[in-house]
Amino acid sequence: MFARPTLLAATFALGLAALLPGKAEAHRRWLLPSATVLAGESGTVSVDAAASNGLFTFDHRPMGLDDLVVTGPDGQSVAPKVIGTGEFRSVFDVPLAQPGTYRIAIASDGMMGSYTLNGERRRFRGGADQVPEGATGVQMARTVGRTETFVTLGGPTESALQPTGTGLEMVPVSHPNDLVTGEPAQMRFLLDGQPAAGLEVEFVAGGTRYRDDAGIEMLTTDEDGMLTLVAAEPGMYYLEAARRTGEGEAQRNASYTAVLEFLPL
Amino acid sequence: MRKTILLAVGGLAATPVAANDMQVTLEIPRLRVAEYHNPYVAMWIEDEAGKVAANLDAWYDVDLKGEEAGTKWLPDLRTWWRRAGRSLKMPVNGVSGPTQPPGRYTLRFAEGTRPLGQLAPGRYNLRVEAAREVGGRELVTIPFQWPPRSAQTGAASGSSELGAVRLTIRP
Repeated sequence: MFARPTLLAATFALGLAALLPGKAEAHRRWLLPSATVLAGESGTVSVDAAASNGLFTFDHRPMGLDDLVVTGPDGQSVAPKVIGTGEFRSVFDVPLAQPGTYRIAIASDGMMGSYTLNGERRRFRGGADQVPEGATGVQMARTVGRTETFVTLGGPTESALQPTGTGLEMVPVSHPNDLVTGEPAQMRFLLDGQPAAGLEVEFVAGGTRYRDDAGIEMLTTDEDGMLTLVAAEPGMYYLEAARRTGEGEAQRNASYTAVLEFLPL
Repeated sequence: MRKTILLAVGGLAATPVAANDMQVTLEIPRLRVAEYHNPYVAMWIEDEAGKVAANLDAWYDVDLKGEEAGTKWLPDLRTWWRRAGRSLKMPVNGVSGPTQPPGRYTLRFAEGTRPLGQLAPGRYNLRVEAAREVGGRELVTIPFQWPPRSAQTGAASGSSELGAVRLTIRP
């Protein structure tokens, strides 16, 4: 329980970083599974949830697990076993009781904003009722975020990959647990269920601590929201995209991040 | 027993030539390492498009059961896992077998019987993949033509987890 304030603060800061124009402090949010391809009748994956700049080094803030949703191969939700939240990361286990593909996601949707009171800039979560009297420079927006990863026990299945129709989403055309180096992978991006055309997507290989090059590849979806990913080296990769729509009170910030593993063949 | 005889007669009637036969010899090298485990080995035939035509062998810790069952490390045979393993329910009769220590092994497969079965005429690749716990992974490929018009042999050699692999096909 002691970790809760930290946790809230983390989620809070993350959402707001996306909100403030020109602020480059949106840390990368990721869910890193212990394995993505598993065999057997049943299994377990352990997942780290963190926000950091380096990939995949948990050295900044844990990600909150309040909005954690795990979807099983039958499309039903699976109860994760939350281990807890430390200074830098949250940890949970996902029991894999049946073969197929699982989608592990932190999906948030809510109002966030900031204002100035007594010369101090403050951030808040919630609607206009959270703004005290005398506050100036009020900024508010709806923030829809999704951070996810995928794991498969046995053969890959599709049921868990169906889009929800809310916010920015990735619909895998190439199965997310069937990715190998050198083979182009196709992903479609949707915003509220419609193709997200011309969306800029950041694609980065893990292991940033051990190289000089940031290794960021900026890609753009086509008119159907399609994106082609090619990984030269095997490893865990990070994907991030964001899109702002609406102005003023109707402003809405949708973001999406994912971790995908590319295996050598 | 009677069924077998009937099948054999039927096979003869369809093809006047006796069943083609395939022999694979493979070597698991002896390695000087601190911690040695017998490798997991998979052997299969795929067509030119990479589609699996026959699963010949899968050697793993078949007797290891429970929380950490022997099947747990099957995905380490990465190519086999992607092409065939992940859609199979292990163990597979006539395919699964226990791991083997370093040495030379000779395996025979006959057309029309499991696990080779019937192959449509065409070009194929024999693939042998080995992965070892606390070790590496290696995959070797030997192309061949089926059915063989005359006896043919093919060979490939691994450099770490596999030694010499030899394929002999006889009509």
